[in-house]
Amino acid sequence: MSKILELKNLKKYYATQKAVDDISFSIEKGSIFGLLGPNGAGKTTLLRMITGIFYPDQGEIILDGQQFDPVNDIIKIGYMPEERGLYKKMKIGDQALYLAQLKGLSKSEAMEKIKFWFKRLEMESWWNKKVEDLSKGMSQKLQFVITVLHEPKLIILDEPFSGLDPVNANLIKDEIYGLAQRGCTVIFSTHRMEQVEEICDHIVLVNLGKKILDGTVSGIKQQFKENIYSIKVQEMPADLNSEAFTIVDQTANILTVKINEGKNSNDVLKYFIQQNLTIESFNEVLPTLNDIFINLVDGTKATTRAFQPIND
Amino acid sequence: MNKILLVARREFLTRVQKKTFLLSTIGLPLIIFVFYGMIIYFSVKTTDNYKIAVADKANIFNGKIGSNDKEVIFDFVQSDTAALQDALSKNTYQAYLLVPAGFTLEGKDSLQFRSAKSVGLLTREKIQNKINKALEEKRLMGFNITKEQLDSIQKEKEYIQFSSASGKSENETKVGVSYAVGMISGFMIYIILFIYGTMVMRGVMEEKVSRIAEVIISSVKPFQLMMGKIFGIGAVGLIQFLIWIVLVFGIQFAIALLFPSLVQSMQGQPIQPAGMQAAQAVQESGAMSGAMKGLSTINFPLIIGCFIFYFIGGYLLYSSLFAAVGSAVNEDPQDAQSLLLPITMPIIFAIVIMMKAVNDPNSGIAIFGSLFPLTSPIVMMARVAYGVPDGVTLLQLILSMLFLILGFLGTTWLAAKIYRTGILLYGKKITWKVMWTWAWKKN
Repeated sequence: MSKILELKNLKKYYATQKAVDDISFSIEKGSIFGLLGPNGAGKTTLLRMITGIFYPDQGEIILDGQQFDPVNDIIKIGYMPEERGLYKKMKIGDQALYLAQLKGLSKSEAMEKIKFWFKRLEMESWWNKKVEDLSKGMSQKLQFVITVLHEPKLIILDEPFSGLDPVNANLIKDEIYGLAQRGCTVIFSTHRMEQVEEICDHIVLVNLGKKILDGTVSGIKQQFKENIYSIKVQEMPADLNSEAFTIVDQTANILTVKINEGKNSNDVLKYFIQQNLTIESFNEVLPTLNDIFINLVDGTKATTRAFQPIND
Repeated sequence: MNKILLVARREFLTRVQKKTFLLSTIGLPLIIFVFYGMIIYFSVKTTDNYKIAVADKANIFNGKIGSNDKEVIFDFVQSDTAALQDALSKNTYQAYLLVPAGFTLEGKDSLQFRSAKSVGLLTREKIQNKINKALEEKRLMGFNITKEQLDSIQKEKEYIQFSSASGKSENETKVGVSYAVGMISGFMIYIILFIYGTMVMRGVMEEKVSRIAEVIISSVKPFQLMMGKIFGIGAVGLIQFLIWIVLVFGIQFAIALLFPSLVQSMQGQPIQPAGMQAAQAVQESGAMSGAMKGLSTINFPLIIGCFIFYFIGGYLLYSSLFAAVGSAVNEDPQDAQSLLLPITMPIIFAIVIMMKAVNDPNSGIAIFGSLFPLTSPIVMMARVAYGVPDGVTLLQLILSMLFLILGFLGTTWLAAKIYRTGILLYGKKITWKVMWTWAWKKN
């Protein structure tokens, strides 16, 4: 698969902090990519550089095999920023039409696509309403339509589910899958790990302006696994002692164990079989992304970063 | 379609299609007329005839003080003080003037003027003028000057012929009209800068507060968004102002020319409608032919051309600064007040210079003010009203226009850099110092 976006040694320094400090990664075409990080990690700055709002101080952005051109490549990108809103007094249909034309669509083209999406998401009756009459969830939906309307190759969604009820969140989620299947690439920026685990193929974790993790969701979980297994037994023995493992947690009939250095899962099973204990289930416990995230970020005082001086 | 045009079109249409636009465009002139109507009504009403009983015991006035008009009437009576006091309390007279029996023009006695209520300033001035004039005449006639001689002395004659170096005569009519035209157009530009500058600022604040700024910035450059907004609102202003000028000035002028008596009654009023003032300046020269002559000495194509140029130039220069302030303000509109001060200062300064320039278009401060781009849109209008080259030399006019264009490019460049940073920044209270650093940082 070819790459839709490649970032090479991207840097953006502000007067008081290094917002993005030498970040490189690439995104495959048609994938759903998660950009994670705590508040103030530099995600928004990074996204603003990818969308051409900011110019990087250093580094290269390659979009679809070519040097990124902020003026002409706008049509290839759909960006839904975290701080998003609409003109309150403007009619919804007019608003969608205006924003689509700003992307570079002609009026008739824009009209056709708005009608398609409004029908698809059951928003047709909204056309003459004003944004101030919409609920927050409804305007989120409208935001999403405006973002994807011009069929961009790269869709960037910053916290797309905030403020959405589960029904609408699922609706949008399905649309995201659908877009990816049709060849769009989706960058998904959030700090809600359970959503990432569910949706993303590939993730990058940034903290303090630096990339600290890059890989597929399953790959990263493998990388951070701690050889912890959960064993369900029919009857819990009174005394458990083996060189193969140490007990991490123990409930009525479920045992969580960590396999010791130099041993493997067979050694654990062997122990139970020798003891003549019936095993009902035996499986590996992988860390959640949330655990990995907290492990990596915790202790770096990410939230106080804004007050830290640059030490060059 | 060009993106600046797209933005401008939206800005224009959303404003023009609002009900408030129609209301303010038509309503404002109406309010002004109601206001003027009330002034006229009250000015006619309050100058009720003021009857004064004159007990001329020394027979100084020969039974006549000036010519009676509607406002002040002198009535000669043969009553004593007690009877006069009685008349005051019965309100048959509003006041009485007592000339003591031994009063002579050379003597040091004074006339006694008593009124039932305190006399208004304007009426008092009128009474004083009339009595003084009558006394003056009597004294001159005391030197054996005949009535004819006196009339011939008092007849005004223009001994001095004012003209400019180019030999064109400058009669008072022209100076009067120039003064009024300069003043009016200067004030109009002043109002434009404030009304539409603030409109631009509010527009920018609205985009920031409603959080749509970043959505738009991802498809349009910040500069395009800012310029689109400025052009769109500028077009609204141009149209609205043209309608206003036609309505307010045109109708006022028509009223003043059709009903000269109204204008007469307006004289001495502290507030006079600008259009009437212009018409009055014309009328004071006498007949209608004179008025037309006075107007024809004004180079209207030049003034209208300059007005449109300085309207647009001044608006463009200041609106980008207003946009920069709007981009720096967060939810609290009160923050805007303090940030606006450095912008409003030069505008107010310009008005002060303009007041001076209409009196003396070639003074040093007027020349400076009309060249300096932050004040030139207002000050230059005062000078241009006097024409080229009497009020302003062609070189200065061209230089001023050039500086204004350069100034506009400069402020726009500066404001665009502030705007680009400010529009995406939330939650911080911004000062001019911070905005200044934004303006000079790279990218």
